[in-house]
Amino acid sequence: MRHPLQGEYRVKMYADRRLAYTYLFPAVILVLVFIYYPAVLNIFYSLYRWSAFSEKKIYVGMHYYNRLFKDPVFYVALKNNALYAVISLVFQVGFGLIIAAILEEKFMRKFQAFFRTVYFSPAVISLTVVGLLWQLIYNSNIGIVNAFLKLIGLGNYAQDWLGSSKTAIFAVIAVSQWQYTGYIMILFLVAIQKIPYELYEAAMIDGANRLQMFFNVTVPQVKEMILVCTTITIIGAFKVFDEVYVMTAGGPGRSSEVLATYLYRSAFRNDEMGYAAAIAFVIFVITFVLSFLQIKLFRTGADA
Amino acid sequence: MNKMTFSERITRAIIFIWFSFYAVCIIYPLLWMFLSGFKTSRELFISTWSLPEQFKWQNYAMAWKIGVGKYFFNSIMVTVFTVLLTILVSAFAAYALSRFEFRLREVFLMVIVGGLMLSPQVGLISLYRLLHTFGIYNTYLALIIPYVAYRVPFTVFLMRSYFLSLPREVEESAYIDGCGSFKVFWHIVLPMSKPILATSALLTAMFSWNEFMFALVFIEDKNLRTIPLGLMNMRGELTTNWPVLLAGLALSALPMIITFILFQKQLIRGLTAGSLKG
Repeated sequence: MRHPLQGEYRVKMYADRRLAYTYLFPAVILVLVFIYYPAVLNIFYSLYRWSAFSEKKIYVGMHYYNRLFKDPVFYVALKNNALYAVISLVFQVGFGLIIAAILEEKFMRKFQAFFRTVYFSPAVISLTVVGLLWQLIYNSNIGIVNAFLKLIGLGNYAQDWLGSSKTAIFAVIAVSQWQYTGYIMILFLVAIQKIPYELYEAAMIDGANRLQMFFNVTVPQVKEMILVCTTITIIGAFKVFDEVYVMTAGGPGRSSEVLATYLYRSAFRNDEMGYAAAIAFVIFVITFVLSFLQIKLFRTGADA
Repeated sequence: MNKMTFSERITRAIIFIWFSFYAVCIIYPLLWMFLSGFKTSRELFISTWSLPEQFKWQNYAMAWKIGVGKYFFNSIMVTVFTVLLTILVSAFAAYALSRFEFRLREVFLMVIVGGLMLSPQVGLISLYRLLHTFGIYNTYLALIIPYVAYRVPFTVFLMRSYFLSLPREVEESAYIDGCGSFKVFWHIVLPMSKPILATSALLTAMFSWNEFMFALVFIEDKNLRTIPLGLMNMRGELTTNWPVLLAGLALSALPMIITFILFQKQLIRGLTAGSLKG
C-alpha cells in the first residue's frame, strides 16, 4: 500500500532545483568543455591553415574540403574503412549470431561457459597489445601464420602479410575479427536468452526443424539486437585507429591508411592541422549520423 | 527424447570440431605470446611450435625493468583517478537526473548522453590545443580529464537506469527522519547501487588501461607514458629482441585477463546494457 504522505514527501525531497543543478554541474561542464566544444571548434579549425607550433592562422575557407575530395589517399582511406565495415559485418554480426545461436542449442549448453569465455577473452586485451602481438604472428621469420601454412602444406601462400600493399589491410582487418567476434557474440547470446521458450515449443509443434527455428524464431526475436550490432560495428569500422596505426601505420605506401590514421598523419607528421581537422569533420559526419541511428534503435529496442 | 539420427550426429560432430578449432585459434596466439616470452631469440626463430627448452624468466624481468614497470605505474595512476572521478561525477549527475523534478531535466539528460554520439577522433585536434591552453598537456591530467569526460555520458546512462529501478521507500523514510538529499545519496542510494558501481568501474578501468590515441597525442614525456604507448616505445628500442617484447606484451595483457576471469558477470552486464564497443 502507498504511504499516504509519500507523494508529498517526494515532491518536497526532490524539489530543490538548485541542488539538482549542483549535482549535475561537474558532469555537464566536463561534457560541454571536453566533448562538445572541441567538436564545434574542429569545424572552425578546418577553415584555417595553421601549424601546431605557432599561433598564426590563415583563413582558407573551404580549401581543405576541396582538396580532400580530390585527394586519392582520402579515397583509399574511405575504401579501407568501408572494407573494414563490410568484413566486420559478415564475421562479427553474421558469424557472431550463428555462433551464439548454436551455443544456446541444448547439446552445446554444457560447453557454453567455456566457449563463451574463450571467444570473448581477446576483447578485453588492449588493441595495442593485440596489434603488436599479431605483428609478430604475421612476421615472416618468427610468426606462426606462415609456419602454420607450411605445416599444412600450403607453404606457397606464406608471405609478408603486413608488408605487402595487397594484403596489409586485410591482415589488419582479420585481427579485428579475431578480437571482436566474441564480443558481438555475447551481445547476441544475451538477446537469445531473453526469447520466451514457448515460441520454440510452438514452432516444434508445427514441425519446424532447427534451421527453420533459427530463421523463423531466433532471427525475428533478436532483430533489434541485429540492428544495434550492425550500427556499432559500422561505427567502429569508421573510427578504427589503434590496430592500423600499431600494425602498419597506414603502410606500405598508403595502402592501409584509414580515415583516423590519415587524420593523425596530417596533423602530427605533416603538421597540416587544418587539413586534419577537415578529415576529422568527415569522421564526425559519418559517425554522428550512425550513432544517432543507434541511439534511436536502442531506445526502441529497450521498450520492446 | 527420441534417438538421434545419423545425420544429426554428424552435424553435431562437425559443429563441435568447428567450435574447438575456433577456440584453438583464439587461445593459441595468446599461449604463444606467454610461452615465447620465455624463449631465447634463437629458439623463437627455429623452434616455432615447441615449448621453451628452459623457461627464461630473465625476459620477463628485463621487460619489467626496461619499461613495463614504469608504464604500469603510470597506467595505474591514470586508471585509478579516471575511475574515481568518472564514478563520482556520473553518480551525482545520474542521481539528479533520476530523482529531482526540474524543468530542464530532459534537456540535461540529452546533453550528457548525447556526448556518446561524438567520437574521440572528432575532438582530437581541438583537445590537443585545448590541453595546451589549460597548461596540462603532457601531464597525467591530459589523459585523466579527457578520459573522464568521454566516459561520463555512458556511465550516467548506465547509472541513471539503475537508480530509476531502485525502490524509493528507504530514501523517503530517511528524509522523514531529517536527512538531506546529499546524505540520502551518500548513505542510501550509493550503497544500494554497488552492482552498477562495480560494472561502471570495471568498464572505465578497461577503457583507460587500454586507451591508445589520446595517450599517443597528449603525452610527450617518455616517463609519463601509459602501457599501450610504452609498448610501442619498447618495440622501437628492442628492435629484434622479440622474446623480451613478447614478455612485455604478456605482462601488459595479464591484468585485463585476470580481471575478466574474476569479474566476467559484471563486465558482460555492462557491455550488454550499453552495446557500445570500447
